[in-house]
Order: sequence, then structure tokens, then C-alpha cells
Amino acid sequence: MIEVKDLYYTYPTGLEALKGISLTVNDGEFLAVMGQNGAGKTTLVKHFNGLLKPTKGEILVDGVSTRDVSVAQLARNVGFVFQNPDHQLFSETVEEEIVFALRNFGFEKAVIEKQVDWALNLLDVTQYRKTSPFMLSGGERKRVALASILAWDPQVIILDEPTIGQDHQQKEKLQQFILQLNAQKKTVIVVTHDVEFVAECSPRVILMSQGKIVVDGTAKKILTNPKVLAQASIVPPQITQIFLELADLGLPTDVIDVHEATKILLNRLRKRS
Amino acid sequence: MSVIETRDLTYTYPGVTKPSIEEVSVTINKGDFVILTGPSGCGKTTLCRCFNGLIPHFYNGDLEGKIEVAGLNVVDHQIHQIARHVGLVFQNPENQLFALSVEKDVAFGLENFAMPRDEMRKRVDWALQMAGISELSERPPHELSGGQQQRVAIASVLAMQPDIMVLDEPTSFLDPVGAEKIFEVINELNKKLGITIILVEHRLDLAAKYANHVIVMNKGKIALTGSPREIFTSEEARLIGVGIPKATKLYQHLKKHGIRLKAVPVTTEETADLLREILKND
Ligand SMILES: Nc1ncnc2c1ncn2[C@@H]1O[C@H](COP(=O)(O)OP(=O)(O)O)[C@@H](O)[C@H]1O
Ligand SMILES: Nc1ncnc2c1ncn2[C@@H]1O[C@H](COP(=O)(O)OP(=O)(O)O)[C@@H](O)[C@H]1O
Ligand SMILES: [Mg+2]
Ligand SMILES: [Mg+2]
Repeated sequence: MIEVKDLYYTYPTGLEALKGISLTVNDGEFLAVMGQNGAGKTTLVKHFNGLLKPTKGEILVDGVSTRDVSVAQLARNVGFVFQNPDHQLFSETVEEEIVFALRNFGFEKAVIEKQVDWALNLLDVTQYRKTSPFMLSGGERKRVALASILAWDPQVIILDEPTIGQDHQQKEKLQQFILQLNAQKKTVIVVTHDVEFVAECSPRVILMSQGKIVVDGTAKKILTNPKVLAQASIVPPQITQIFLELADLGLPTDVIDVHEATKILLNRLRKRS
Repeated sequence: MSVIETRDLTYTYPGVTKPSIEEVSVTINKGDFVILTGPSGCGKTTLCRCFNGLIPHFYNGDLEGKIEVAGLNVVDHQIHQIARHVGLVFQNPENQLFALSVEKDVAFGLENFAMPRDEMRKRVDWALQMAGISELSERPPHELSGGQQQRVAIASVLAMQPDIMVLDEPTSFLDPVGAEKIFEVINELNKKLGITIILVEHRLDLAAKYANHVIVMNKGKIALTGSPREIFTSEEARLIGVGIPKATKLYQHLKKHGIRLKAVPVTTEETADLLREILKND
């Protein structure tokens, strides 16, 4: 469990990026952190694995304050995939990238071998085992970064803007993958401004603007509230926009999913005829 | 009138054997707003590099076939001659920005035009404003966030007001409202000044409403071309993995259940109007 208590954070430049955040993320929860560019999303989640320490307030991970443990200790439980994988990858080959952390955590050789095979296969990068991560495309590098974290099986997985630069199919795969992790009772925290992605995964959503949480609730509740979304530079999903335009015909205005939309329209048309 | 014309264009990067684009023949007309899409690695960026002459003049390798841009044979003209007509916003803005301040980066291209200073000043201010970064003009680009860098890259190309703008996933880092504003600016340049736009984009629900033409690439080849409506309802596009806008998906789901809208909608507004019609008449 992650507990955030009245968190403030000021960068060394004097910029106050977080202004009083309180939030609890339970084990096994799937949370999307949304909001405009510069809202403080990355700054917030960097506190969850101790990369940043609060200027004021505190973060408890499983009851322990992040001030009292090192990033390395926290990393065992909280894996973080950076927005830009280049900030994360440094080994000569994809395989070494994955081995590195496992060795640091003191896993045995046999376990390391098994975990490496498993992670490479899971993220469909086995063919790049001996390739330098820097020869790969952006999307592939992101998958390698994710593989290297999943290999040590942390309880909490944080992904910062995972859909950027991914094409439609990669996004769908990623989506299935994330849902699968969550089904295995992992806590998944995704930072994103991709509304269609959130509409399809339907996690709990917090919306941030200017260092604060504007609202916290279900995807359905938040993505269908254009006023609140506008405060965070987010536009409702296309299906929601269509239903909002038709509100005067008595259709519901809280629809985010195309299948649900189809069902509602069919019912309505059948009832009439 | 065509402003870009390629015939059987095939290009292989140096040191590799497999061509990254193969027998590409496309015609793009003056004033078109084209979306270029397709799975990652299918050759979109490579084709964009041909449009502004980076291929073959900067990247060596092996180019076969014909390519004419703004009436110039790309192979026989130098990059700076082609650059007068074509502006390219790179997929990765870090690779495009190098000056010590945002303002200098945006002015850089204009300096080669021998433009009067006050005219240049005006252009730079206009471009910064259009891209929504006037307040960043003194900042060093490499200290900015990914989204801000993307805006600088766009401003640099806007300032040149080229006849043809090629934008390679220009808004991927921007939040939806930020992306929409940039698309509006591009659309205005297209509709008011007749600037030809080629936009590489995956998020078609955001971009589709501006385009009159879609090109889908797959594995280095042109797989499909047509109007947004034709492409979004094509089974082939779905199989290739093109992200069909939810508006068009809704149309398809309804059709499967025997409900036919009068036309294939691509945008939110079109869908709402078409639905309103059947909901009222029913
Ligand atoms: N290393 C840093 N030094 C100083 N300011 C920073 C740094 N990183 C981010 N900021 C600033 O903190 C604010 C929040 O940034 P960030 O958390 O990255 O936002 P988001 O992830 O929501 O786009 C922004 O104003 C940003 O410019
Ligand atoms: N500089 C390069 N050298 C060698 N191969 C490259 C280079 N740039 C891209 N490629 C290869 O060319 C193919 C097409 O890539 P690209 O044009 O970037 O695709 P897209 O933009 O559609 O994702 C890919 O297989 C990619 O690995
Ligand atoms: Mg961020
Ligand atoms: Mg590309």
C-alpha cells in the first residue's frame, strides 16, 4: 500500500511542483494519473520509489516512510519504467540490461537465467537478446525497460507515459499486458494523457493540475465530466463527446466505451420501433 | 497540381540489405492535408526524409526510382534548395534543436533567407505565438520538457512558412488540449495559406477531421490510399492495425446490428448529427 500524506515538493530551482497531495493506493489497484503537461505527474510518481524525497509531508510504502529507505531497497517492491527509456538503459546488450538488476538484488544464477528468459519472452524481445538497446526503436526500447523491471517481479509497477510513440497495435498489446499484470494482483500505476487508452482500461483515475489533485474517481465518472477535464487540458473520449452532444435527446452522458454506446443506441432504437 | 511525386522509390540505408521503403509511388497535390500512418517501423520516417532531401543527401545508402518535390528533382538539387519549399518537423525534437536559445533555434532557418531583420523578428514572434511558447523564447531548448521541445521544433518550421510542411508525429508528448491547438494551427495554415500538410500520426481520432487524404504504409510499401472515410471502413486497414477512430467504429458496430447511418462518420460532430437524425425519425 502507498500512502501519500500532504506531500509538497520544491525542485532545487525553487519551482514548487507538488502542493499538498494526499492519496492512498491500495495493493492490487490500477490507477491512472492524468493531467496536463507540467502538472506534476512525473514528480509525484518519482516519490513512490524514493527517487524524490518530500520537501514536506511524507510517503509510506507498506507502512515505511520513503525517507528511511534507499531507492535500491524500495526498487525491490516498486518498479519504475521511465517516460524516456534512454534514461534507464545503459548496458551493452538487452540481456545484460535485465541481468544487471537481478544480480544486484542477489538472485542466484539459475534464477537469473530463468527470469531473463521469461521476461524477454513476455515482452517479445527475445530476438534482441544480444543487441544493444540503443539500436532498437523507441517502442522496442520501452519494452526492454519494462522487461528489465518485470524480471525481478516487484509488487508495484509504475509506467510513465507508456503509450507515447507506440502504434495502435503496440498500444493494444500493452493494454492487454497491463490488465493482465493487474489481474495477477499487481499494483499498476500509469501516468498518461491518452484518454482512449484510459477509456478502454477503465482504471481509477486521479486528475492533476498545477501540483494538485483536482479529482479522484472512476474512469467513467471523470472522463465524462468535461468541466473537470478542461481544468487539466484533457478532452473527453470521442464516444463521450458524441453522447454529450446528444444529451438533449435523453441519452445518458456517462458513456466512455464503444460497446456500451452501441448497446444503448440499439436499445433506444428498438424500443421506439 | 502535384507538389510531391514519387515513382517506384526504393531506399536502403547504408550497411543493411533490406530496403526500408520499396517501390513507393505517391502523388500529393498542392493544398492536400495528408495523414501518413502505419505500424511502427513501416517506413514513414524514412519516406519523410526523402521528401526534404535528407535522403539521399545526408543519409547515404542506395536510392532508386524517381522523386520530385515542388517541381525539383530531389536527387539533383541540394538540401538547402529543397528546404526553401519543404519544412520537416522531426519525430524526435531533440535531434532538431541545437541553438542556445529557443528564439535562435526558430530564427536559424530564416537567416539563410537573407530576410530583413524586422521582418525576421516578426516571423519569429508569430511562430512562437502560434506554437504557444512566446514565454520560452530565451530558454535553452535542451532544458525544456519533451512537449515544450516539440513546440519549439514546430515553431522553427512554421517560421519558414514553407509550401510543404512534413510533420513526423509532432504532438506525441503533448496533452490532448495542447495537441489539438497545434492541429488547429496546422489546419489554418493549410486552409488559409494553402500550405500542403503531410502529418505522420497514429491517433487518428484527433487528426482525422482535418485530412482529405490518408496514406497507409505497411512493411515499407504503400498499402492503401484514399479518403479518411474509405480508409477507416476498409477491412485491410483494420488488419494492418490502423487505429480506426471510435466514431467510425461506432458506425461499424451499429451496421453489424442492422442499423445503417446515412454516411460513414469520421468526426464527433458528423456522428452526433447522423445519430440525431435516426433517433428523431425513428
Ligand atoms: N528536474 C527539474 N528541475 C526543475 N523543475 C522541474 C524538473 N522536473 C520537472 N520540473 C518542473 O516541475 C513541474 C512538474 O513537472 P512534471 O512532474 O515533469 O510534470 P508532468 O509529468 O505532469 O508533465 C513542471 O513545471 C516542470 O517544468
Ligand atoms: N538510420 C537508419 N539506419 C538503418 N536502418 C534504419 C535507419 N532508420 C530506420 N531504419 C530502419 O528502417 C525501417 C523503417 O523505419 P522508419 O522509417 O523509422 O519507420 P517508421 O517511421 O514507420 O516507424 C525500420 O526497419 C528501421 O529499423
Ligand atoms: Mg511527465
Ligand atoms: Mg517514425
